[in-house]
Amino acid sequence: MATIAMPTPGDKATFRTCPVTALKVDLAAERLIIANAVAAVVFLLIGGLFALLLALTRWQAIHLLPPDWFYRILTGHGFDMLVAWMVFFEVAGLYFGGAVMLNARLVLPKVAWGAFILMAAGAVLVNVIVLLGKADVMFTAYVPLKAHPLFYLGIIFFAVGALIAVILFFATLVTAKREKTYEGSMPLVTYGLVAAAIIAVYTLLSGALAFVPTFFWSMGWIDNVDPGYYRNLFWSFGHPAQQINLAAMVAIWYALAAITVGAVPLNEKLSRSAFILYILFINLGSAHHLLVDPGPGFLWKATNTSYAMYLAVLGSLIHAFSIPGAVEVAQRRKGFTNGLLEWLRKAPWREPGFSALVISMTLFGWIGGVTGVTIGTEQINMTAHNTMRLPGHFHATVVSGTTLAFMGLTYYLIPLIFRKELKLKKWASWQPYVFGFGMLLVSVGMIASGLQGVSRRHWDITFAGAPFKAAVPSTAQLMLGIMGIGAIIAIVGGIMYLTVVLVSVFTGKRQEAHRLTLVMEQKNPLVEDAIAVVGVEVDEAVAPKGTFVIVLAFLMFFVIYYFSNWWLLGRSWMIR
Amino acid sequence: MLAPERIWWKPLHRMEKSWLIVAFSWCVLLTIMMPLWFFYGRQNVPATTFRTTPQKYQQQTTAFIEQYQVDTLNRLPVVAPPPDSDIYLLARQWQWTPVLQLEKGKTYRLHLSSTDVQHGFSLQPVNLNLQVLPGYDYVATITPTQSGEFSIVCNEFCSIGHHLMVGKIIVTE
Repeated sequence: MATIAMPTPGDKATFRTCPVTALKVDLAAERLIIANAVAAVVFLLIGGLFALLLALTRWQAIHLLPPDWFYRILTGHGFDMLVAWMVFFEVAGLYFGGAVMLNARLVLPKVAWGAFILMAAGAVLVNVIVLLGKADVMFTAYVPLKAHPLFYLGIIFFAVGALIAVILFFATLVTAKREKTYEGSMPLVTYGLVAAAIIAVYTLLSGALAFVPTFFWSMGWIDNVDPGYYRNLFWSFGHPAQQINLAAMVAIWYALAAITVGAVPLNEKLSRSAFILYILFINLGSAHHLLVDPGPGFLWKATNTSYAMYLAVLGSLIHAFSIPGAVEVAQRRKGFTNGLLEWLRKAPWREPGFSALVISMTLFGWIGGVTGVTIGTEQINMTAHNTMRLPGHFHATVVSGTTLAFMGLTYYLIPLIFRKELKLKKWASWQPYVFGFGMLLVSVGMIASGLQGVSRRHWDITFAGAPFKAAVPSTAQLMLGIMGIGAIIAIVGGIMYLTVVLVSVFTGKRQEAHRLTLVMEQKNPLVEDAIAVVGVEVDEAVAPKGTFVIVLAFLMFFVIYYFSNWWLLGRSWMIR
Repeated sequence: MLAPERIWWKPLHRMEKSWLIVAFSWCVLLTIMMPLWFFYGRQNVPATTFRTTPQKYQQQTTAFIEQYQVDTLNRLPVVAPPPDSDIYLLARQWQWTPVLQLEKGKTYRLHLSSTDVQHGFSLQPVNLNLQVLPGYDYVATITPTQSGEFSIVCNEFCSIGHHLMVGKIIVTE
């Protein structure tokens, strides 16, 4: 495919020069970044509205929606958030990391527009079919539960569009290298996006393997699709799709750390190796969804669930040290060298990119990562499968982690790419805290109710009308209430984000950005602080001692949570 | 954000090295916990699976109910099978059949399958969860360690009546 995407010698691109970063910005790429980012935000808005309705239904005291609409909206929420919002934003990110950051032009912008239209058409199709009540099958669409053929077709359109965008990204990288638009190696952020894009390729191909036969089956062209194989193929798409988010998010963490405090990766070798670990091992994670399925045996499950010895987890543990470590070193170089944590106390907490980075990393790691590895353990999964612990885990990763990181980055894309003055800076400054606090309650409420056995995707835990009542402890109800309150707070945070974005884009003065940071009255940390220290060795005074203590505390928490889960399992009925 | 110089393959800082060693050791421990529990733990994920068909599974369940039925509860048969026997639980929209009456401390081979769509076996408040697929006969060897009444909640979405699908297991002393 790359040969098709090669630019012809006659290709001409128009550039502007960014006054902040001195990078040349391809105007075609810029328009595509804007289009994809806007589409992402639109689906975030729809998905967020759905989220509110769902949370207010599962909060048993309110119990807003009737069952059919609850399941319908849940299907739409899953697709809009996990697929549409994420992938549109990632495509914007790929064009940014590929063309803009490498000073290069985007190849074949017309094809990129075609990809955009395919994705948009697919996403709209899925939403329409779901809202018409023709696809009450959940995001996972497990066969033999059948949806309208256009539901599967919509997903296929979206995936094909995304695949084209990824291929264009690779072609852009090749062109940039050939045309020597940058010196040295590719920046780490772009490198992380390459990892995300490689994962995206096999993710989207698995999606095709899952959805194309299912589409044929829904049309009546083939008789049946095996539910066990479908689950395997679907999760080879569904889980790695979230790992694309993960790799993109980690890349954005490095970007936010660079933008807000001028952090430079401590050791490029280490950080880059961690991304390689993702590429090699993270796809095995799809087996996490099949741990209590009939079919595969212990060895298959244990090998896959451990990502062949938790090597992808190791990748995340490396970033968990490298990113705060880079922030600490950058801060210590500014003179905040007292004690273990002065660098953190004196950090730019009012800068939304910084608070978004810290909250995103904290909730992603401490809640999402720890619970994810724990429930992804073969035997422990029996106490977690399809309970609220699962949405609790991925709301901490995908929402508190990835979504918040994407939100944080948006505040910098508006002046740099939209070239609009960012309005409502105070709102932007508070937004990560409001959203993060709300999501903390959501995740903890979900996990705590799941630990008490509450099922996910379930309309009524009072079981009114069922032949038997299942005893749900009242504390579980309380936890669902906490989740509901958290959802309202998070929605407020989401509305703040959307308001800042929309007000800035539509009413902000058109102006060239003059510095990278938004609310701090200081120079550009990225350009002025960082260049001086690239390649300078880390000496004792600036060594990341505080980070070392923080990661050890994190590990202690991890160990305690993990082994308490084995203890919980050990109290269960005997089963083999 | 910035392009680093061409050669970035540099040795690690002391702290990075220490963290890498600590983190990797934790990963190794995480890995060996699973085989350790597999050999020494009393709760392991069942692996026995047979191919079946909805018709065949329906027949097996019907025969099982006829053989051991002792009572009826909410129009569902209550079945009290002897220990060490094969017991059948059938999932369909939106019902678990039959109600099982087991003895505490005794072992049973619990068969799980569906005759229509996917379902989720969620034993509450024990909180043991297994996936139930049509066409797959999943066999879990279980030993109840508590007595009392337990419910089986369906925790895989199985269309509109999903939340009504609750079954029962009664464990006697």
